[in-house]
Amino acid sequence: MQVNDTQFKPLIVAFCCNWCSYAGADLAGTNRLNYPADVKIIRVPCSCRVNPMFILRAFQRGADGVILCGCHPGDCHYTSGNYFTRRRMTLLFSMLDFMGIEKERTRVEWVSAAEGAKFAKTMNEFVEAVTKLGENKRLEDLRCKK
Amino acid sequence: MQEMIDRAKELLADGTVDRVVGWRSGEFSYDITPGVFRSAEELDESFIYNDLCAPNLSKYLIKESRKEGKLLVFLKPCDTYSFNQLLKEHRILRENVYVIAVPCTGKIDVDTIKDKGIKGITSIESDGETVTIHTLYGDKTMPKAETLGDKCRTCKSKKHVVYDEIIGEDGEVNNDGARFELVEKLENMTPDERFEFWRNELSKCIRCNACRNVCPACSCENCVFDNPNSGIQQRAAVNSFEENMFHLIRSFHVAGRCTDCGECTRVCPQNIPLHLINRKYIKDINEFYGDYQAGEDAMSRAPLNAYTFDDCEPGIVYSRGGKA
Amino acid sequence: MFRLPVSKIDDLFGTIASSRTLYLPVDGNDGRAKYDKWSEGTKMSDKLNTVRSAKSFFFPQTTNICDFNVNGANVEVVDIREESEDFVVFGVRACDARSFTILDKVFLAEPVDSYYATRREHGTVVTMACSEPEENCFCNVFGIDAAAPEGDATCWIADGYLYITSNNEKGEKFVESISALLEETDDSAVKAQQETIHGIVEKLPFGKVSTDHFRKNTLLEIFNSEKWEKLSESCLGCGTCTFVCPTCQCYDIKDFDTGHGIKRYRTWDSCMYADFTKMAHGNSRNAQMQRFRQRFMHKLVYFPDNNNGEFGCVGCGRCLSRCPISMNIIKVIKEFGEE
Repeated sequence: MQVNDTQFKPLIVAFCCNWCSYAGADLAGTNRLNYPADVKIIRVPCSCRVNPMFILRAFQRGADGVILCGCHPGDCHYTSGNYFTRRRMTLLFSMLDFMGIEKERTRVEWVSAAEGAKFAKTMNEFVEAVTKLGENKRLEDLRCKK
Repeated sequence: MQEMIDRAKELLADGTVDRVVGWRSGEFSYDITPGVFRSAEELDESFIYNDLCAPNLSKYLIKESRKEGKLLVFLKPCDTYSFNQLLKEHRILRENVYVIAVPCTGKIDVDTIKDKGIKGITSIESDGETVTIHTLYGDKTMPKAETLGDKCRTCKSKKHVVYDEIIGEDGEVNNDGARFELVEKLENMTPDERFEFWRNELSKCIRCNACRNVCPACSCENCVFDNPNSGIQQRAAVNSFEENMFHLIRSFHVAGRCTDCGECTRVCPQNIPLHLINRKYIKDINEFYGDYQAGEDAMSRAPLNAYTFDDCEPGIVYSRGGKA
Repeated sequence: MFRLPVSKIDDLFGTIASSRTLYLPVDGNDGRAKYDKWSEGTKMSDKLNTVRSAKSFFFPQTTNICDFNVNGANVEVVDIREESEDFVVFGVRACDARSFTILDKVFLAEPVDSYYATRREHGTVVTMACSEPEENCFCNVFGIDAAAPEGDATCWIADGYLYITSNNEKGEKFVESISALLEETDDSAVKAQQETIHGIVEKLPFGKVSTDHFRKNTLLEIFNSEKWEKLSESCLGCGTCTFVCPTCQCYDIKDFDTGHGIKRYRTWDSCMYADFTKMAHGNSRNAQMQRFRQRFMHKLVYFPDNNNGEFGCVGCGRCLSRCPISMNIIKVIKEFGEE
């Protein structure tokens, strides 16, 4: 989808694990694959490092969507980190949905270091989904608005 | 009740324990305070156990069991789940506690009665079936079932999961799923309706921390909300976001460890149905990872401390529940 | 004394709301009473009292004090106070009405708290006599008459009529603004109701609780009493009692970093919280007993010592009905009085 200047541009926070997804993002870059510049990547040692509070905090500070990327289940650098992530995020996302926060604003994707193309594709799809939803109005702190 | 007092006196007299954790009577028949009793006289004077003793005593044992000497505690069925969960988390020193299980047929909630428009309540009597309410403006009676608080209306278990001895008969676990009815009702709403519902409820929050301080699962010595460096406001802030954040984070911290004792809703001065948030986690855990009841035993791993290779993906959330 | 038929009470509210904002107790979704803005169709609650007190009208839970806009090395201080508008709080009970005079002693003493003073200036308090006091009421212990509340104007509902009278200049102005709806009458119906109310108050379980002990004994004697330990043994350390209390006035001032500036706000604090007295050197109150003692010493000893014997409690009974473990000021007063 072509996004012109007057259109709403979502702010996306992407937590990427150091060993797979961050390298995947790197590969997307070296392969000159396009994904929107509105995606801000935060590198974490393992997807399991992401405390649910990080996700809420990102929303509070104005993120419109938060995506978490880690190694494929079974490939975790620390053996089992992403298995815990998987359970944790499933419950958190289900709770956000329960509270009436649009469920399309949060996502978990497994992206390996070799999947630069998948990284770019995931980001494009996610940005598109969040753009459709528009601004995050339900989990933001009005004080953080300019 | 007399049976409990007599047994407590025996245990005090033979030196098995040196103090008793129980419920203390108040000015009326219903303003009951948890307390520590150290002598037979004190027990005679103010120990009480009746259909109004709702407070869960297990959290007091975190501190109390670390003091010198052995104590006796009376636990209702749902309190034993909290006790077991705290044992699992190594928060209670089991060797310092002598547990007597006592039966419970559901606790009367004064606020539930007051919400029916009954004013000036000076005492409440219950024979297990009917409740007689004496007020400044005359007496009233109603079936006990109508006077139960949120925590007892859909009781999960009348079975004691841990005790040293038991007074009365042990009960049964109740698996009819009735406690999830309201959660299901919310799940079937649209996200907008759900958001409206929770916004309305959570904006009532005055950040008194009663839910956190009473919760047996909230046993951290230093709560994240009390850490000024955590970046979270520990008082009411000039925005509604923090109340959202507080309840989301608090419920996530106790997810998989919450035994559904319902104390959070009982103590909330603003009458927020906080137990629904915890029950949503319990329901989700049951559906995703198999039935799990926190506190049922003192050994098994909590669902968030465990995994299987074929757990569902977080994406499952997109394809389930509610209207779009 | 003026009156209007209760059936016309909506006209009364409409008239008041036409010139300023009107707040009154209404029943929330859960059936519990709270103060809310009046709009067409709003029904006044018939509950005795609201869960939270009326102090929030003058001393809200949070107040934005000022903003700092940060632009590089420049910091601009922004006064965010807006022109306050007039408002009326209707249906305040005698206990809450007295709490305002207690808060005045704190906030209107030099240096005057301008945020509080502005709200006081713009607010008109219309009180309502309590026709059905409840078991937790003990306002008479502090010399408050539930049958004749203070405030700018006072109302009674009796025999299908709402009776209203003004108590001061502000009240007179208020009554004048609604005079088109009122008819003049004598006070016989009000007198009769007052007698009934006094009869009920006479029978209240806590009506005869004695506070003499706190006047007779020295501060240190009460402070060092061993009774505090037992009284506070099961205190959870939550802030429920302080937040529902009409006279608790402690607050904290905090800065919120918005990422592009600072919002400075004040927020209710509670002496029951572990970090209430936390300072650079540490905390001077380390046990819950000390915090618990502070709350009741403040209301029953320190405040009267500094204010010609007036207690810092109005006997509204909120802490009695809301404390999660039912420990409250009545139990404290009785424990010390029973010697």
